[in-house]
Amino acid sequence: MDVKTQPDRSRDVSQPLDKLGPDETLKANSDYLRGTIKQSLVDDVTAAVTASDAKLMKFFGIYQQDDRDIRDERRRQKLEAAFSFMARVRLPGGVCSPSQWLKLDALGRAYGGDTLRLTTRQTFQLHRIMKHDLRAVIQGLREVLLDTKAACGDDTRGVMCTVNPNLSKLHAEVYALAKRASDHAVHRTGAYGEIWYGAERQETDGPEEPFYGRTYMPRKFKIGFAIPPSNDIDVYSQDLGLIAIARRGKLRGFNVAIGGGLGRTDQAPKTYPRLASVIGYVDADKLFPVIDAVMSVQRDYGDRLDRLHARFKYTIDDKGLDWIKAEIERRLGCALAPAQPYSFTSNGDPLGWTKGEDGREHCTLFIQNGRIVNTPERATMDGLRAIAGIHKGTFRITPNQSLIISDIAPEDRPAIEALMREYGLDEFETRSALRLNSMACVALPTCGLAMAESERYLPDLVTKIEAILDTHGLTDEPITIRMTGCPNGCARPYIAEIGLTGRAPGKYNLYLGGGFHGQRLNKMYLENVGEDAILEALDKTLGHYARDRKPGERFGDFTIRAGYVAEVKEGRFFND
Amino acid sequence: MTKLEFPGSALTTDQWEQIGRLATSLSQEQAIWISGYFAGLSHQARAGTISADVLEQLAPPSRSVPGEAPATRLLTVLFGSETGNSRALAKSLAEEARAKGIQVQLADMADYKTRRLKDEQDLFVIASTHGEGDAPQTAVGFFEFLESRKAPKLPQLRYAVLALGDSTYERYCEAGKRIDRRLEELGAQRLVDRVDCDVDYEDAAAAWMTASVAKLAPAAQKSTSVAASVAGAQSDAPAAPAFDKKHPFQAAVIDNIVLTGRGSSKETRHIELSLADSGLTYQPGDALGVMPRNDPTLVAALLERLGLSADASVTVKQNATTLGEALAGAFEITALTPRFLDHWAEITGTAELQALRGADHAEARAAFQHNHHILDVVSKFPARGIDAAQFVAGLRPLQPRLYSIASSLAAAPEEAHLTVSTVRYALHDLPRTGVASGYLAARAEADATVPVYIQANDHFHLPDDDVPILMVGAGTGVAPYRAFMQEREVRGASGRSWLFFGERNFRSDFLYQVEWQELLKNGVLSRLDLAFSRDAAPKTYVQDRLRRQGRDVYAWLEEGAYLYVCGDAAHMAPDVHAALTDIIVEHGGLDREGASAYLSTLQRDRRYRLDVY
Ligand code: SRM
Ligand SMILES: Cc1cc2nc3c(=O)[nH]c(=O)nc-3n(C[C@H](O)[C@H](O)[C@H](O)COP(=O)(O)OP(=O)(O)OC[C@H]3O[C@@H](n4cnc5c(N)ncnc54)[C@H](O)[C@@H]3O)c2cc1C
Ligand SMILES: Cc1cc2nc3c(=O)[nH]c(=O)nc-3n(C[C@H](O)[C@H](O)[C@H](O)COP(=O)(O)O)c2cc1C
Ligand code: SF4
Repeated sequence: MDVKTQPDRSRDVSQPLDKLGPDETLKANSDYLRGTIKQSLVDDVTAAVTASDAKLMKFFGIYQQDDRDIRDERRRQKLEAAFSFMARVRLPGGVCSPSQWLKLDALGRAYGGDTLRLTTRQTFQLHRIMKHDLRAVIQGLREVLLDTKAACGDDTRGVMCTVNPNLSKLHAEVYALAKRASDHAVHRTGAYGEIWYGAERQETDGPEEPFYGRTYMPRKFKIGFAIPPSNDIDVYSQDLGLIAIARRGKLRGFNVAIGGGLGRTDQAPKTYPRLASVIGYVDADKLFPVIDAVMSVQRDYGDRLDRLHARFKYTIDDKGLDWIKAEIERRLGCALAPAQPYSFTSNGDPLGWTKGEDGREHCTLFIQNGRIVNTPERATMDGLRAIAGIHKGTFRITPNQSLIISDIAPEDRPAIEALMREYGLDEFETRSALRLNSMACVALPTCGLAMAESERYLPDLVTKIEAILDTHGLTDEPITIRMTGCPNGCARPYIAEIGLTGRAPGKYNLYLGGGFHGQRLNKMYLENVGEDAILEALDKTLGHYARDRKPGERFGDFTIRAGYVAEVKEGRFFND
Repeated sequence: MTKLEFPGSALTTDQWEQIGRLATSLSQEQAIWISGYFAGLSHQARAGTISADVLEQLAPPSRSVPGEAPATRLLTVLFGSETGNSRALAKSLAEEARAKGIQVQLADMADYKTRRLKDEQDLFVIASTHGEGDAPQTAVGFFEFLESRKAPKLPQLRYAVLALGDSTYERYCEAGKRIDRRLEELGAQRLVDRVDCDVDYEDAAAAWMTASVAKLAPAAQKSTSVAASVAGAQSDAPAAPAFDKKHPFQAAVIDNIVLTGRGSSKETRHIELSLADSGLTYQPGDALGVMPRNDPTLVAALLERLGLSADASVTVKQNATTLGEALAGAFEITALTPRFLDHWAEITGTAELQALRGADHAEARAAFQHNHHILDVVSKFPARGIDAAQFVAGLRPLQPRLYSIASSLAAAPEEAHLTVSTVRYALHDLPRTGVASGYLAARAEADATVPVYIQANDHFHLPDDDVPILMVGAGTGVAPYRAFMQEREVRGASGRSWLFFGERNFRSDFLYQVEWQELLKNGVLSRLDLAFSRDAAPKTYVQDRLRRQGRDVYAWLEEGAYLYVCGDAAHMAPDVHAALTDIIVEHGGLDREGASAYLSTLQRDRRYRLDVY
């Protein structure tokens, strides 16, 4: 398509509100996200907020949820659902200080049901917060310079960044940019301070949202920075992925990848996961203009009529990658350079101890499904609080929901190791490689969209799969397995070698053939099946893999070669 | 005013001429006044109570001439009742006296004009005790007057008192005792000794009535037209249904669910009963009487301690039955009564029990009663080889329990819903459950039947549709308000409504939460204020919420709102009363005396209504 000829604009921001979806009107009339949130917060007849305030609060990183385990029971008791709120912290690159950790720990104990949750986008979630405690939580975060802005909602989500501890200098550079990118792209509305900090409303000179305007983005928009050879952030799943290109350990610029996104809906072929397309390279000094250009194209052309079709990936496939690229370059005022060579080796975490080039030490802990809680077996929450109490470096949350105790001076290592031993946080060595490469989304009981268990179920399922691995001698073979409670794909299941997405209680779709370092989508192998069928299929395919794999061949690659599933070359064909 | 034509046989010629003369001499106003007066007189007569104003008019000036005695003696049967027992007894007493040709008036302390007292000649009082030794709610005004300095000397008065009560309460029949004492102080002459009745009052009451009436009978004159017209007493009472306290209806359980959510410190249930084919009807505000059965495990435990067999035969009210059945369905076998204490003291001859007998040990006895059930006494002081008859002789009949009906027939035809809080506590490390609430919790599962009857609660009904109502209730105290709101929703009532509800925890104890939310949304409920005492320090209760809304509460009262208070009698009701007094002082610009006068007036006007237990 030629740049001059305008594409179809019948569904984007150029249309009057009544021609667009209801959420657009809601945003437009919300007075920059204020809505009636303040009133909702003081209504003591219900633990919930109004439906429209619940939507607006997402822009502030807060989700209304209810305890689904007792939803039905309470309905019969003539009680409203057990409403509570989830708050997601804005933590670019997943880096936080010990003092921030201690505050989060305290908030989790005081208001968050004695638990913290590390997410697949490198941040913390607090669950089970009561409405009347929300302000206390958000003001508590403020004390340690944290907020929950734009952690959800139709705006730029948490900005990811490879945690790779070995390349300390490069990481420091890229991380600094990721942080700036987050601050650059986050919304500006004064509503946040007014509602959560009780600030006075300030008259803004000029528009309150210079970039977003009254209707923000058509849908969530995700940015991530990857530092090869690690693709831990799954750069191809980002709306805008930036692949760091360095020379002699010094950052030069980024390859630009656009249009990643995994969410899909069952029985809706028009929805599909899509891996980002690399469209070129820019020098580091062009980073922010590129971010603005890419985001503004989606802001202006994204579908605002149908939210199932509103992500950037669909805008690209509708308008055509070339046209989108040209439009980006037009807004950028220059052409992108050809993409630079790079290569990824894995999207997992290197667990255990490593030494950075600067001699500082780092230890990556396996936190199963990112759940930080004290259990009879292991007092993980207490242990990490103890470590935060003496740690002088930083913590880094990995995109695989795990945790790095980072920047430890060699002389401080013994003390930290002692605490790890005391609280049993070092037991990851003893687990199977499959478990160490497993991820599950939150799902039940808090997630409103869950159709099946995930976080509460995957550990048991993995235990059963480990038996199969033992019989086939694959216990130490790294294989990625990811489960979600619904097709939305929060644990990025569609780029796992073994993917499981919930369809109904106890029923899952089984996907095989994903790329080990996130370079390829997987393909559905079994639809809507229970545990027995899943284990049987894995026994068969893993057994075959153990016998017939080529040297160094990955399980995902093998399942395609062996013909269990066809290779998915492009998201558009995922459902074929 | 012109003379009328002779109307015929209704009047004697003599009367007719008098009226004629009168008519010509009357001004318009006087004529209207007189017609109203006669209408009022005949109405009052039909209603069965002659109110003071009418009486005073009845009494000709000549009557106040000293020394001149009235033509005949008049007996007034005065009752103070809350749950209807005294009222029912008073009615039959009036009948019995009338049958003996005595001139009778039946009067309720609730609307008795105290000015009348000084003119009373014979006064039979039947009064129950409520709260903690208090007068029935509706009689509080009468008691205040009688025990105040305003009460006149009553040398000419002859009286008798029947006191209804419950011997498990520390201040047994206290209200009746107070009246008896006070009338004596005022110089009245006691005709018959007071009789204190326990909850099985029927026989004792009957005996007292016969004795009292006998004292008057000789003096009785020929009955007058007024007395005769009293025949249809209490016309406001609904036609007696086929089923009543003595003949309860077997109501099928439709549903029985726990309303309190997980983690609650309480267990409060919602129980739906079917009244289908019973012909039973009720109004919002009425209560349902439930006849429970005792806990089978308790019956077994008792039998085991007594070394008696369930099959041992006993006679209950002239009917032969087994001991097992009698203990399960005929007698109270939990709480201790002085009667049982005496009984057991005699049987076992134990010094420790003997020491608790007699009026001068009331306190010690009350304390002992409070922390010993029959089971504990029987275990602690075993009686060797006693037989079934001996044991049950010490027991009193099993009593029905009352529950405010939480539904409206308009919304749930042929159903009655209850909101029941299960009484559970431990005594001597043994878990105990309330007889009726425990029975409803454990054995009223769907399709079982529960014996019930309607207990009208005239003083707790809704006002006209356009009158605003303030409803204050803690815990199960909201039950009648659910009925009120259902009724008003169906009727499309225009009056505003404001609920103050209190419980322990928002998350688990917000009884009927979604229903209140819905009623608020569709405007049937205008306002809702909540107090959850255990969610935050300092603890807040309904009375605190009332105070916080003081200005509006006062405004509502000034605009004619009816005020309802339902639930806990021991703490909530008094605390709410205190809060209301403060509110009236602060916003009504009155001093404390003025404020309590304000509230008494509300109470007398039936605009401040309590249903507490
Ligand atoms: C916590 C987290 C999963 C985890 O176990 O870590 C998560 C949890 C939820 N996601 Fe997600 N998503 C999370 C990463 C993802 C990812 C992975 C990623 O971004 O790398 C995806 C796939 C990538 C993508 O966006 O395409 C993802 C795709 C979704 C979708 C589908 C979006 C779509 O385009 O179709 C939804 C549903 C929606 O937005 O309508 C969703 C919605 C949700 C909600 C908020 C459910 C809701 O909307 O009510 C879940 C909250 C559950 C709970 O109780 O906590 N989440 N979600 C992750 C938080 C990331 C963060 O810190 O911001
Ligand atoms: C007009 C009216 C309306 C009512 N409405 C309702 C209603 O809507 N909902 C409702 O739930 N109730 C209501 N009640 C109360 C109800 O009638 C019963 O009194 C209540 O259910 C308890 O009866 P029970 O047989 O379960 O307990 P019982 O067997 O009668 O036992 C209650 C007795 O147990 C003893 N006891 C309790 N706790 C302890 C303790 N910790 N230690 C020692 N002894 C203890 C006390 O003597 C107490 O009086 C109402 C009462 C009235 C008069
Ligand atoms: C809430 C409540 C409190 C009571 N308090 C006492 C009391 O303190 N002393 C007593 O002797 N009887 C007490 N009783 C028992 C009643 O006096 C007894 O049930 C009586 O039969 C009720 O008569 P009525 O229906 O005319 O009100 C109480 C009853 C109730 C329901
Ligand atoms: S994948 Fe589905 S179930 Fe799991 S967290 Fe995301 S939305 Fe919830």
